[in-house]
Amino acid sequence: MTTNSRRTRIDEQIVEIVSDSGEGAQKAGQSFGAVSAKMGNGVWTVEIIPAEIKPPARSRAGASGIRVRFGAREMTNMGDEADLVVAFNEQVLYGRIEQGAYREGTVILLENKWADDPQEPVRAQYAEALVEFKKRGYVVHELALEKACLEHTPTPRLGKNMFVLGMLCQIYGRDLKPALDEVAMIFARKGEDVVKRNQRLIEAGAAFAAEHIDLHYEVPAWQSERAMVVMNGNQAAGLGIMASGMEVLSMYPITPATSVSHYMAGVFARMGGCLHQAEDEIAAIGFAIGSSYAGKTACTVTSGPGLALKTEFLGLAVMAEIPLVIVLVQRGGPSTGLPTKVEQGDLLAALYGAPGDAPKVVLAPATIEDCFHFVITARRLAETFRTPVLVLTDANLATGVSPFPRPELDARWLAPPFDQADWDEKVPPYDWDGETGISQRPIPGQKGGEYVLTGLAHTRQSKVAYDPEANQLGCDMRSRKLAALQKTLRPPTVNGDPEGDLLVVGWGSTLGAITEAVDRARGEGHRVSSLHLRVLSPLEPGLTEIFKRFKQVMTVEINYSDDPITGAGAGEQRRYAQLAWVLRSVTLAPVQCWSVVEGQPLQPAKIYNAISRYLPPLGDSARAADKKSSEEAACSA
Amino acid sequence: MFGLKDDWAFDVSPRYFTLEDFDGGVARWCPACGDHAVLQAVKRICRDEQLPPEKVVAVSGIGCSSRFPHYMSTYGFHGLHGRALPVACGVKARRPDLTVWVATGDGDCCSIGAGHWIHAIRYNMNLVVMLFDNAVYGLTKNQTSPTSPVGLKTNTHPRGAWLPPLNPLSATLGFTNVSFVAQTVDWNPIHLHATLLRAYQHRGLSFVRIMQRCPTYTAGLFDDIQKKPDGMTLLSHADGVPIDDALRRIIKGEIEHDPSDLAKARALAEQGDPLPIGLLYCDPSRPCYEEYTNAGLDMKPEDKLAVLERELNRFAV
Repeated sequence: MTTNSRRTRIDEQIVEIVSDSGEGAQKAGQSFGAVSAKMGNGVWTVEIIPAEIKPPARSRAGASGIRVRFGAREMTNMGDEADLVVAFNEQVLYGRIEQGAYREGTVILLENKWADDPQEPVRAQYAEALVEFKKRGYVVHELALEKACLEHTPTPRLGKNMFVLGMLCQIYGRDLKPALDEVAMIFARKGEDVVKRNQRLIEAGAAFAAEHIDLHYEVPAWQSERAMVVMNGNQAAGLGIMASGMEVLSMYPITPATSVSHYMAGVFARMGGCLHQAEDEIAAIGFAIGSSYAGKTACTVTSGPGLALKTEFLGLAVMAEIPLVIVLVQRGGPSTGLPTKVEQGDLLAALYGAPGDAPKVVLAPATIEDCFHFVITARRLAETFRTPVLVLTDANLATGVSPFPRPELDARWLAPPFDQADWDEKVPPYDWDGETGISQRPIPGQKGGEYVLTGLAHTRQSKVAYDPEANQLGCDMRSRKLAALQKTLRPPTVNGDPEGDLLVVGWGSTLGAITEAVDRARGEGHRVSSLHLRVLSPLEPGLTEIFKRFKQVMTVEINYSDDPITGAGAGEQRRYAQLAWVLRSVTLAPVQCWSVVEGQPLQPAKIYNAISRYLPPLGDSARAADKKSSEEAACSA
Repeated sequence: MFGLKDDWAFDVSPRYFTLEDFDGGVARWCPACGDHAVLQAVKRICRDEQLPPEKVVAVSGIGCSSRFPHYMSTYGFHGLHGRALPVACGVKARRPDLTVWVATGDGDCCSIGAGHWIHAIRYNMNLVVMLFDNAVYGLTKNQTSPTSPVGLKTNTHPRGAWLPPLNPLSATLGFTNVSFVAQTVDWNPIHLHATLLRAYQHRGLSFVRIMQRCPTYTAGLFDDIQKKPDGMTLLSHADGVPIDDALRRIIKGEIEHDPSDLAKARALAEQGDPLPIGLLYCDPSRPCYEEYTNAGLDMKPEDKLAVLERELNRFAV
């Protein structure tokens, strides 16, 4: 075999590296993703994370690793089954198999040292797995990876990830130069020797693959000329927080939101920001609210259980009209639920989870790029409308890594709301505009603006009021702000034809997977379109009109709903997915839904299968469409 | 300030603040409630120190005493039950220029907000925290509080409070990084004022427990201390709460106590009869969290942008 054998051109590929935790699979995968992005591919990377920090070695539930989907177009989701897997032991693969990560024909490059393990049970497990994998139709290549690494490092367990990076670069025709540069950057702090050793491992891995693995692919470039950056959604949100001019991030550690603060911890102080790790979730939001009240931009990040604890303060921020940004990185619920897994289960809690009427703005980024820009929008909205704004991302966006156009920073984003000029004493602290509910707020230090903020029902003067009119007026005014904001929104764009048999509505991180599934169905001739909501409170306008043009409307979500066919709930008893509830109440349309709570990002094939249940057989649909277009032709004639 | 400067030149401030400038209207606490006296003392300090009202923030939780901000005409934040301290810390985080008074009760601070109490002491931000301790829940109409004495009959314990009361002074003196703990009583305006002024002057979090009479639910609770000639002991020291002759005429007992002596302070905190009043503990050298939170306050936007651009370069493909 030679390195210059002809390469097969492929449009996309899904690669996984799976290992016990601590073997560096994620680092290798991230580097491979970065190299692919640098070579102009669209890339989506997602980490495979076990719940424990150090689960026992060679355990099914301990699978740790990474999936890299890359190709000759933009990648918006993790895709379906993997094409190629590198596994450091056979047991971790079982965990992935349970999650449907592989298909017949998936190529597995498997460390084979277990065949000669001194312990008999290990040898037996390995042999058994080989039989099982073969039965499932996987194409297994047994490779002596660790042995090959031993020539280049005394600690092959730690070095083989870089060896694998070299292998993958060889298999997919990547230049080694960007991989070597990447490694130089990662290990820069550890000194020249470490950099050199890892670079040697990459080169060795590439040479090993050229000699031992007969797989040679070429994945053409896609990318436009635009400058790109590559990061995960939590980094994007953290960068967005800083670029939006926030001065205070007040947080309490909670998976999967914490890494926003991990990322910011190093940078924020250099930007003059204050990262406060509070004593609990409640104090975290209280501290942010105190800072915001004092005229300093403040935000907090949390996940579902944290939102539950923050709810009372959130209600206060609504009631007393305190600008605040809350980034909510959703995970599986209820209760402690699935801390590291994906769910969109907090929509209703975000919208309505407070005693009394507590209208607030809720945004949902759909891409990693959105995670950056939405925080900047959120700050603007929070200050303009004097209200808390929730930004709902999820574990899929939080850990997914993908390139997006480099944001053009704007100095105006950093401008503080801070004003210490004298306040006109005649203007009350809640000088509500009757039409929009909007008012300006005095900030401590402003002479003449002295007022006492209170969570009690209050008048325009912020005086505690128990009379019948006062609370009605306050509630009206706060609600009116949402109506005013809604008037500034454009109706959402329909992906596909503006009419048809089925409209699939989604929100949040499922955008890429839904679009891919719907495009596939449409490509087959189905009259199906999709629509993705990014502003959930107030809801984007025009939905009733859009829904009317489709025979059926359904949502696709990652939260719980009763299955109408097999589930217990049917008819009036049926409990719908969360966005479906909202859409049904707002549009009065009989919106259907398909949703699962398996803790996984939605995959295009699963969505395709689900929406197929709602699609008429192809012939019928096509005939109906023909009939309709001939009618239209008749009308226009 | 209004008056003479060190160089004998007149420095007439264009603004002079009177007590009325801090007056937020008629306080609606019960007649004879101890809270009135505390309010008056704080207003006097604001006047004496000539604090511009717009630079003063009164932060509170929920409860009778937490109505405090409404009766000041400064900025105020009347928030959630138990949550005055996180808000107050947030206010101070980036506003070293503001004077923050925290009004909290025995239920607010020592029960529902107890977690924040521990950590606010540890943060040691520059706040005056006034614990209005009347040993009962008043606003919700007579329930047992964590500081209710054993046997106190309330609506939740009609046969008398069962558990031994929590001692807020002992607890606070046990929290790491505590820097100022004092005790005073609402019925002695001289000592109350002197104690709060000493607290105001302290750099760091000043925790002041104020024994406060509730004429409605715990009337007579402090009668012994108040009326017995030796019911209270003044703690005197050069670094402590100043004691004048007027005070000595009213309160006979007096002991010298060095407020840097933590062990002695803890022993005094346990003492109920006679009740020690004054400065139990003070350590102005404790680290203040504001030094951390205020870092970078004056950074320029162009420098911030430069940091952000460097970050984007780091992620550039």
